[in-house]
Amino acid sequence: MDFVNQLQRKFIDYSSSLHREGIVDDQFTQLRKLEDENSPHFVMEVASLFFEDCEKLINNMAIALEQKQGVDFKQIDECIHQLKGSSSSIGAMRVKNACIAFRSFSGAQNREGCLRCLQQLSHEYSLLKNKLQTLFRVSVASRCLYVCLVIFCRENEPAEPFPDVLVFQLEKQIVAAGGSIPRVH
Amino acid sequence: MESCNCIEPQWPPDDLLMKYQYISDFFIALAYFSIPLELIYFVKKSAVFPYRWVLVQFGAFIVLCGATHLINLWTFTVHSRTVASVMTTAKVLTAAVSCITALMLVHIIPDLLSVKTRELFLKNKAAELDREMGLIRTQEETGRHVRMLTHEIRSTLDRHTILKTTLVELGRTLALEECALWMPTRTGLELQLSYTLRQQNPVGYTVPIHHPVINQVFSSNRAVKISPNCPVARLRPAGKYMPGEVVAVRVPLLHLSNFRINDWPELSTKRYALMVLMLPSDSARQWHVHELELVEVVADQVAVALSHAAILEESMRARDLLMEQNVALDLARREAETAIRARNDFLAVMNHEMRTPMHAIIALSSLLQETELTPEQRLMVETVLKSSNLLATLINDVLDLSRLEDGSLQLDLGTFNLYAVFREVLNLIKPIASVKKLHVSLNLAPDLPEYAVGDEKRLMQTILNIVGNAVKFSKEGSISITAFLAKLDTLRDSKAPEFLPVLSDNHFYLRVQVKDSGSGINPLDIPKLFTKFAQNQSTGTRNSGGSGLGLAICKRFVNLMEGHIWIESEGLGKGCTAILIVKLGMPERVNESKLPYKPKMPTNHGQTAFPGLKVLVMDENGVSRMVTKGLLLHLGCDVTMVGSSDECLRLVSHEHKVVFMDICVPGIDSYGITTRIHEKFTKRHERPLLVALTGNTDKVTKENCMRAGMDGLILKPVSLDKMRSVLTDLLEHRVFFEAI
Repeated sequence: MDFVNQLQRKFIDYSSSLHREGIVDDQFTQLRKLEDENSPHFVMEVASLFFEDCEKLINNMAIALEQKQGVDFKQIDECIHQLKGSSSSIGAMRVKNACIAFRSFSGAQNREGCLRCLQQLSHEYSLLKNKLQTLFRVSVASRCLYVCLVIFCRENEPAEPFPDVLVFQLEKQIVAAGGSIPRVH
Repeated sequence: MESCNCIEPQWPPDDLLMKYQYISDFFIALAYFSIPLELIYFVKKSAVFPYRWVLVQFGAFIVLCGATHLINLWTFTVHSRTVASVMTTAKVLTAAVSCITALMLVHIIPDLLSVKTRELFLKNKAAELDREMGLIRTQEETGRHVRMLTHEIRSTLDRHTILKTTLVELGRTLALEECALWMPTRTGLELQLSYTLRQQNPVGYTVPIHHPVINQVFSSNRAVKISPNCPVARLRPAGKYMPGEVVAVRVPLLHLSNFRINDWPELSTKRYALMVLMLPSDSARQWHVHELELVEVVADQVAVALSHAAILEESMRARDLLMEQNVALDLARREAETAIRARNDFLAVMNHEMRTPMHAIIALSSLLQETELTPEQRLMVETVLKSSNLLATLINDVLDLSRLEDGSLQLDLGTFNLYAVFREVLNLIKPIASVKKLHVSLNLAPDLPEYAVGDEKRLMQTILNIVGNAVKFSKEGSISITAFLAKLDTLRDSKAPEFLPVLSDNHFYLRVQVKDSGSGINPLDIPKLFTKFAQNQSTGTRNSGGSGLGLAICKRFVNLMEGHIWIESEGLGKGCTAILIVKLGMPERVNESKLPYKPKMPTNHGQTAFPGLKVLVMDENGVSRMVTKGLLLHLGCDVTMVGSSDECLRLVSHEHKVVFMDICVPGIDSYGITTRIHEKFTKRHERPLLVALTGNTDKVTKENCMRAGMDGLILKPVSLDKMRSVLTDLLEHRVFFEAI
């Protein structure tokens, strides 16, 4: 059970580091709260949608900025607006801030600034994507491991509870597997 | 003595006669003078002679006589007057002394005679004393010999040594030629020659015991002289002249159980050994009384010593036996301990090791069941699940039984629905029963309480086991299950004498009877039914496929529930009835909330917050649209998503209570939509509430919204709690403008 506790701790540390580093903010936490039995993979779905969106928008903006004829700042503006909206919905704080910064440059129609901002934006985006994917992998892995270990060593429980969402999912799976959840106060 | 008065010439012609007389007188005088000398000498030598005075007298007498005769010598020739006067004096003296001596002798001679008689008397006495002295000495010697023999005999506790020593010492003491001991054989009908003195290896001579001489010896406790021709005495090689006398004495052989010191000589059924002693032949010796006494004493001592030796042998044997038994018991105990330890280790390991993989298999199989499977795969998974459930049950049974026996099993008490238990059992058994075309009926008494406190799982297990057995062993017919409240008289059943129920207020006794019309059981086999692993063989060689543990476990569960279970059957082919009585508690409060324990889900407040509230969300941004949808779904709303204003206008209906519009998107005229919706729904109560979602935190937006006719404004990002409170407020007040 130490192993599970370590994994849990890692998960919690990791997710709090994301918060600490400003990669995600409160909104992300809110999103995690929305996971329930009806939408067990809500966060992952939203995140994947966001990644798709983001990549598309960044691509578009990159293409637009590459235009030799003339940069269509209006389009860039739209993209940025969308990206800002998406990132604030998902709680990707640094991406959102990068967007805000980008916006000022695009408003000023500063191509160099825009390019720089786009790079910054890409960087932030990749960072976010990496972190979130790692987080998901850890959560899935520890979830599976938790299930297995609880089944195999029924008496023991990890010291600290998982985030509510995951706990609920795990409990559901364990009950379905024929086990029982000892109540912890 | 003659005094010669004749005048003698000097040497007359009769001087030959004279000469002879002269010589005789001379010698007489000599003798007369020497005798007193001798007497004096001898008196001097013997100090004890009492009559000295007499001797002096006698001496004087003799001296005077001698003097007379001597003086007589001078009278042969012419002699003077002096000589004659001397002669006369001498004779006168001699006469006087001799008269006195004669007178004296008269007194003395009786004394002297009596001395002689006294001497004779003393001699006799001395002889007598000598004889007695000899007797005493022999007695003392005998006593010494006895003591020595006893000492020798008793100095050892070894039977052989005792007997050998006896014979040797006796032989030495009494100077015997041969000494032999005859012991009775095991059968008691013969005497066997066991020990002899001279012969080194006695041959296995036997003599029948019922010989008159032997009987005579055995009937007396004294040593008896027997004839040397008696069979027991014919030990020496023949050819001697005169065999010595033979004495035989009995030696009682005491058994351990007979050894009581007080009635020692009076024991009736006794075994005797015979000791035969033979004096040397050709000696004129006879058996003396003291020797016989010695022999008797020795025989008694031997008997005592032998009995001591026998006791010792017995106790040594007993001790050896005990030691062997101890060793064996120790070994057995160690083996038992090892076995118990092994069993406990086995159980401890198996308890965990067997259950864990089983549960893993069951858990993962059931998880597998919930994934997408083809029908074949589903069938396989179901089979795996069923088999593993069965195996898990079996393992649990075995482990339960061992825990039951250890006493470590405890009932899980809880309130449960009694009727439901029976219904469940019936449901489980109905399919099998219908396949076998058996009719199962359940009859619950109306006074049976609906809820009870007890171990539901194990009660069901027990009832199921009994009913299952009834179904298993019935080929046709019907099975009836009746359950009712057991009253006091039905509780005190003659079949269960050791079952003493105690009624109390918060308990009741449930009695369940399962009657089947199956193959029945031989009444003699009934006691064996509840022993574990004992299959009922008399029902034929059919492989019933059980472990034989079922009824044993049921019995233990029932015992834990302070009840009793037994089976009645009239015989083979006549069906049987299983009766079960258990003690259950009365629930304090028949309450729905105490019913089957459901695992609690984490309460989702929002789940029922706005159930079914129809909401329309318009947002062009996919991500935020999804987020908002998630929020609202989480709150239980029925969400419709639209991505454009046209779609929004198309889909909005009076069913939608709220419309969330994202007004950040440039290019969408949210205000225009608002107006259009206002136009669409003229009646205020039909119109959905219009709420703007915006990230703009400026007052202008708010004023625009208000002017446009929106009912609410929320700033993005929206948290769950915020959305919840917004909706609550909205539905209550029909307006909500977030403070910016």
